[in-house]
Amino acid sequence: MSIDENTAARVAKLARIKVEDDALPALAADFNRILGFIEQLNEVDVEGVEPMTSVTPMRLKRREDQVTDGHQQAQVLANAPDAREGFFAVPKVVE
Amino acid sequence: MLDLTYEAPKVKTIAGAKHDWELVIGMEVHAQVSSNAKLFSGASTKFGAEPNSNVAFVDAAMPGMLPVINEFCVEQAVRTGLGLKAGINLTSAFDRKNYFYPDLPQGYQISQLYHPIVGEGEVLVEMGPGVARKVRIERIHLEQDAGKSIHDMDPHMSFVDLNRTGVALMEIVSRPDIRGPEEAAAYITKLRQILRYLGTCDGNMQNGNLRADVNVSICLPGAYEKYQETQDFSHLGTRCEIKNMNSMRFIQQAIEYEARRQIAIVEGGGKVDQETRLYDPDKGETRSMRSKEEAHDYRYFPDPDLLPLEIEQAWVDDIAASLPELPDQKKARFMGDYGLSDYDASVLTAEHENAAFFEDVANASDGKLAANWVINDLFGRLKKDGDKGISESPVSPAQLGGIINLIQKGDISGKIAKDLFEIVYAEGGDPSQIVEERGMKQVTDTGAIEAAVDEVIAANPAQVEKAQANPKLAGWFVGQVMKATGGKANPAAVNELVMKKLGL
Repeated sequence: MSIDENTAARVAKLARIKVEDDALPALAADFNRILGFIEQLNEVDVEGVEPMTSVTPMRLKRREDQVTDGHQQAQVLANAPDAREGFFAVPKVVE
Repeated sequence: MLDLTYEAPKVKTIAGAKHDWELVIGMEVHAQVSSNAKLFSGASTKFGAEPNSNVAFVDAAMPGMLPVINEFCVEQAVRTGLGLKAGINLTSAFDRKNYFYPDLPQGYQISQLYHPIVGEGEVLVEMGPGVARKVRIERIHLEQDAGKSIHDMDPHMSFVDLNRTGVALMEIVSRPDIRGPEEAAAYITKLRQILRYLGTCDGNMQNGNLRADVNVSICLPGAYEKYQETQDFSHLGTRCEIKNMNSMRFIQQAIEYEARRQIAIVEGGGKVDQETRLYDPDKGETRSMRSKEEAHDYRYFPDPDLLPLEIEQAWVDDIAASLPELPDQKKARFMGDYGLSDYDASVLTAEHENAAFFEDVANASDGKLAANWVINDLFGRLKKDGDKGISESPVSPAQLGGIINLIQKGDISGKIAKDLFEIVYAEGGDPSQIVEERGMKQVTDTGAIEAAVDEVIAANPAQVEKAQANPKLAGWFVGQVMKATGGKANPAAVNELVMKKLGL
């Protein structure tokens, strides 16, 4: 699989990362190097081997169904560029 | 359990300009899990709180915050799966569904694309006595809800409230087994009923706690059967998905509109584009959400913050052992044990609180009479009284059972029973005591009834002549005697005496 400049531009757009046109060739080349490395990993025969999800045998941590958090409107909104009446205020996004 | 065999309902067809078309519908229902806290944080799920007050830093996607799963939400999903006779996957896993929207601070929704917690199940959707559609469930997965954007508070800004962000949803995905708008509504109704019985979702559609994405396509008669034989989708038309509807009425309208739109395109020689659409209830039409198309590359991948979710069979068995009696079984039992009609049993089992109330009345008195009184008198009275629910009923099962027992013993007539019911409803009290105290007891003393009958006959010679010529008119005398005795005379005894005295 090879990534061309158009694909690189599309991935950048999906990730909402602005990439200037003249930076696209280098980005596509980077992608290809990463994918090349993955290709190399694909050469390993993993037939019948369960995917490893953790290096130590761990059980997914659970919480009880109790309200232990929240009621911190001011802190939640503290980093917002704009907040009004308890809401985040953002440029209009309605269709 | 009763073995019930059902006939499939008639498929809805829509006449096109050239020929008839059939509808094929599949649904994705998003049901909010009934829980105190969110799926991956300890913030409250309570509806209607101050904006952004039920928000943990996890929900706001602050850097470094990690999700920790709420075990009760997992239990609720398992319970739902068991209630829909579905397979439970002891290992499931969470994936990230990536897209950008202001009410999704993470930039992705945590969902379960590749390994859902619940597999294939089914829902029996009744369309009338003995007529039902079996709708197959493909899967149920757990996922996070998004926040809420409000667009009408400011001309240039949208306002975002993250209270809903991260609340647990169950996405219940059906196979394309639904064949018309009415079936679609009936499917949601049945699903909602089961969820409410299970206590896993409150089913409040107005608050958005139950909402549906509806996939609609059209096909020529015969094509659907080929699909069912082969499970090959190429026999079906291209589908469009109508997003996010939380009204039964709008769902039906949207399906009807969308089917007609697709028929017009195909008959005009065009092709239906697979796309996401929105229903506009004001205009009564669906329209394309084109701006979202670009975003539809979700780039799913396993969420590295969460290990696979492994649950134990013993735990699943415990949950299975604690399942309540579900609507289908309850209805069959009501028909079998209490001799109720299909209709009455359906009405009484629609909500489990109603069913429990009915059973208490029936066990204190008589099944069939209890059904009549609960459905016609109590429900009717509650509806008139500001549309109250059964939990607000001023009449208890014991009181209603008492009234019915008085009728059965012959202490009061059916007519007096209605008055007694009204007294108990308005004032409370013990029915038999009220009957004693207010002299409402039915007159069974034939001497007293006879006297009243004689009196009416003596006072109305002209009517006597008419009745003797036409025995159908004897009922008038019965009515007069009932009136004279304040409705307390036993109607059967009055009838007998009137016929005898008139020589009929």
